[in-house]
Amino acid sequence: MSWIDIGHIDDIPLRGSRVVKTRAGCLAVFRTAEAEVFAVGNTCPHKGGPLSEGIVHGTSVTCPLHNMIFDLETGQAQGADDGSIPTYPIRIEAGRLLLDAASVAQRSAA
Amino acid sequence: MQKLVIIGAGMASGRVLEHLRDTAPDTFEITLFNAEPRGNYNRIMLSPVLSGEKTYDEIVTHDDAWYADNKVTCRFGEKVIAVDRARRVVIGENGEVPYDKLIFGTGSSPFIIPLPGHDKQGVVAYRDLEDTTAMMQAAGKPNARAVVIGGGLLGLEAAAGLRLRGMEVTVLHISTHLMERQLDEAAGYLLRRDLEKRGINVILQASTQEIVGGAAAEAVHLADGTVLPCDIVVMAVGIRPAVQLARDCGLTCGRAIEVDAQMQTSDPDIYAVGECVEFNGNLFGLVAPLYDQAKVLAKTLLGEEDAFKLRELSTKLKVTGCDLFSAGDFAGGDGREDIVFRDPGRGVYKRLVIEDDQLIGAVMYGDTADANWFFGLIKDGTDISEMRDSLIFGPAFQGGAQADPMAAVAALPPEAEICGCNGVCKGTITAAIEGGATDLGAIRATTKASASCGTCTGLVEQVLSVTLGDAFVLPAAQPVCKCTDLTHEDVRRLIKAQQLKSQPAVWQQLAWKTPNGCHVCRPAINYYLLADWPLEYQDDLQSRFVNERNHANIQKDGTYSVMPRMWGGITTPDELRAIADAADKFKVPTVKVTGGQRIDLLGVKKEDLTDIWYDLNQAGMVSGHAYSKGLRTVKTCVGTDHCRFGTQDSTGLGIKLEKKLWGSWTPHKVKLGVSGCPRNCAEATCKDVGIICVDSGYQVSVAGAAGMDVKETERLHDARTEEEAIEWVAAFVQLYRENGKYLDRAYKWVAKVSLDWVKETLADDATRAALNERFEISQSVYRKDPWADHNQSRAALYQPLADLTQEAAE
Repeated sequence: MSWIDIGHIDDIPLRGSRVVKTRAGCLAVFRTAEAEVFAVGNTCPHKGGPLSEGIVHGTSVTCPLHNMIFDLETGQAQGADDGSIPTYPIRIEAGRLLLDAASVAQRSAA
Repeated sequence: MQKLVIIGAGMASGRVLEHLRDTAPDTFEITLFNAEPRGNYNRIMLSPVLSGEKTYDEIVTHDDAWYADNKVTCRFGEKVIAVDRARRVVIGENGEVPYDKLIFGTGSSPFIIPLPGHDKQGVVAYRDLEDTTAMMQAAGKPNARAVVIGGGLLGLEAAAGLRLRGMEVTVLHISTHLMERQLDEAAGYLLRRDLEKRGINVILQASTQEIVGGAAAEAVHLADGTVLPCDIVVMAVGIRPAVQLARDCGLTCGRAIEVDAQMQTSDPDIYAVGECVEFNGNLFGLVAPLYDQAKVLAKTLLGEEDAFKLRELSTKLKVTGCDLFSAGDFAGGDGREDIVFRDPGRGVYKRLVIEDDQLIGAVMYGDTADANWFFGLIKDGTDISEMRDSLIFGPAFQGGAQADPMAAVAALPPEAEICGCNGVCKGTITAAIEGGATDLGAIRATTKASASCGTCTGLVEQVLSVTLGDAFVLPAAQPVCKCTDLTHEDVRRLIKAQQLKSQPAVWQQLAWKTPNGCHVCRPAINYYLLADWPLEYQDDLQSRFVNERNHANIQKDGTYSVMPRMWGGITTPDELRAIADAADKFKVPTVKVTGGQRIDLLGVKKEDLTDIWYDLNQAGMVSGHAYSKGLRTVKTCVGTDHCRFGTQDSTGLGIKLEKKLWGSWTPHKVKLGVSGCPRNCAEATCKDVGIICVDSGYQVSVAGAAGMDVKETERLHDARTEEEAIEWVAAFVQLYRENGKYLDRAYKWVAKVSLDWVKETLADDATRAALNERFEISQSVYRKDPWADHNQSRAALYQPLADLTQEAAE
């Protein structure tokens, strides 16, 4: 894997998110606890809501448009809803956020 | 009409008054003395008031209106000095009252151990509202500590309440286990363990030596040398009947005022009821026999036959989460056998004491669901030999029935007692249900079942459910969300009562089930905290819905709408030019005039928000908060400046109101309208707050709606001046901010608390001034433009974290 540095963990608020632009649309990078981050697709499969704008609770996010809830670890919709969002490998090294370039590239190709 | 004088407005005399009102309202001219400066309230509910789970208003049983309606002359706050039986007058501090019949309801006084230092400030009993208030005040200090002397019913309720208010609490008890009069050792141990889990320190076999300090108590010293620093000492070691007045006037007294089964004292025109009474050598402290006495006394006064009988009593502790029950005689002894059930994992303990094939005592801890059934067996002396094998498993296991919680209630005979406080049996409740009382409120009103301590509420609901079948829907106290069982109202009250000033404090103290809430509760809790503690609490943008976090309205395609404020709907050519320039520069696809008299720019990209705000700020405009649960707009008509019908400067007033209220957060959005005359061009009468200007001043009306519901406003107040109108509006908004449930519009909130209550509250000058003051304190933090603020401190967050569109594909 080759890792791309996309920023510092403190650039993302606790229980917040920032977007990363890619050729195939935006990713959302979430921070839940002090040092726990997730990278997922930013687009809700329901009506395309920007998930990065949702309220983050536990390791889930609620879509701001119609309250669909996704588990950030698996990308699966919670509760009675169906659907999922893609998840991408991300890791933290000395405070820097590193995103897996290959899977982002695959996303572009897909 | 006969003159009836009652000394003491306690729970027993209050019940006598009710019986007289119900059966013979015009028989007596009644005067009621009370040394406390208030009337009857439900004293046994002081514990929930202390813990913050109820307010004082909720436990008042008779208010001023009730006394007025029933023509009871109240002399509250006045002590009775003497009773002159020869002249048949009661001598109060403010004068004499003659009587034909006299009732002593003087109750009891708390027993204060005469330790050295017992008369210092901060040593209180736990008896009346003053004591409760003193405890609540002591709990208000940070890191405050309390020592409770006495591990009986009252002492433990006080300890639990103070602990819930955040105090460090130590209970000192002289015996080897808690509540030794009601519990055996095993149950006492479980209770102690539960209290210690709540952070209450319990010291048994404690010998208190003295209370030390200056004018105020500072520490309690024990005989073994232990020193317990404290801010308050609560003595809850027992009560003594208050009989001095009765003794002084020559009534026969033993330990208390002696009465016969008709509640008559040694003087045939004088009666006594309640805790000041001694009957066949017995004294009374629990509420159930007091109510029985009240019933008998009311009948006696009306010349009807009735006689007071002693009956078995049961005890429950009103500490949320500590389920215990005891009844009858549970001492061991020859000829007595025990059946014991323990489930240490669940903390359940049950013990039945049997003698001659009858149940004579029961102690239960942790699971008291079957308590009433066992209590019935004790009272009735039922022969239990047939069911002895499965007796301890309760009624559901008798006769092979399934373990359905409803089955236990269904199996109860009509004469089984459901409400111990009021002595209401199941048959009375089912009769009331058949008579049309089909919900809890109606049952309480007609039978009084569950109307006192309330611990039998669940049972009453089960009786309703069993009797009505599917027709009965349990009144769901709707919890905030799945993270908690508490309602919005509970959470609001507990945030205030326990002074919870951060979200983690709420989650921890109120036992949230999730690590940090969810998208439903977080915005609500964030609002409650910032509304109640504007200076201490830091608004958490991550707990806000996207619109309030980004200060713009998200649209279905993920773009935003941007709407600058136009104070009172007034704008200028310069402002319009700046809006037009911004629309051009940021390629705004839609420009719309809104119903709130301003201009909306729709379709702005998130990355452009800070830049478009900057441009609008440069032209002197600020955010219109068109996205907030807060003040939106103040719609106006042109008023006297131009209109030939206008009576006042409605535009000017609208601008003043908007400048005062802007930036304030409220439970839901707040829209105002100000019309210059009753033609009402600003459509003020369907707003949250509407003002209609008339020649004589300003008609302030509130609680209108023009959304999912359409509702005309209702008149709150007629103000003579603009200042007065503004003062009332701000006070109303603040009252709504402090009390409303999150996401209840003002009209829904007013419907819940009643317009009369709002009017009454705001009519008090001091209250209105205090509301205005608190509103201004909050506005000192929140009356500012979020656009400028975000441009300064958060601009980076509006841009992508990274742009990988230029990265070479691998």
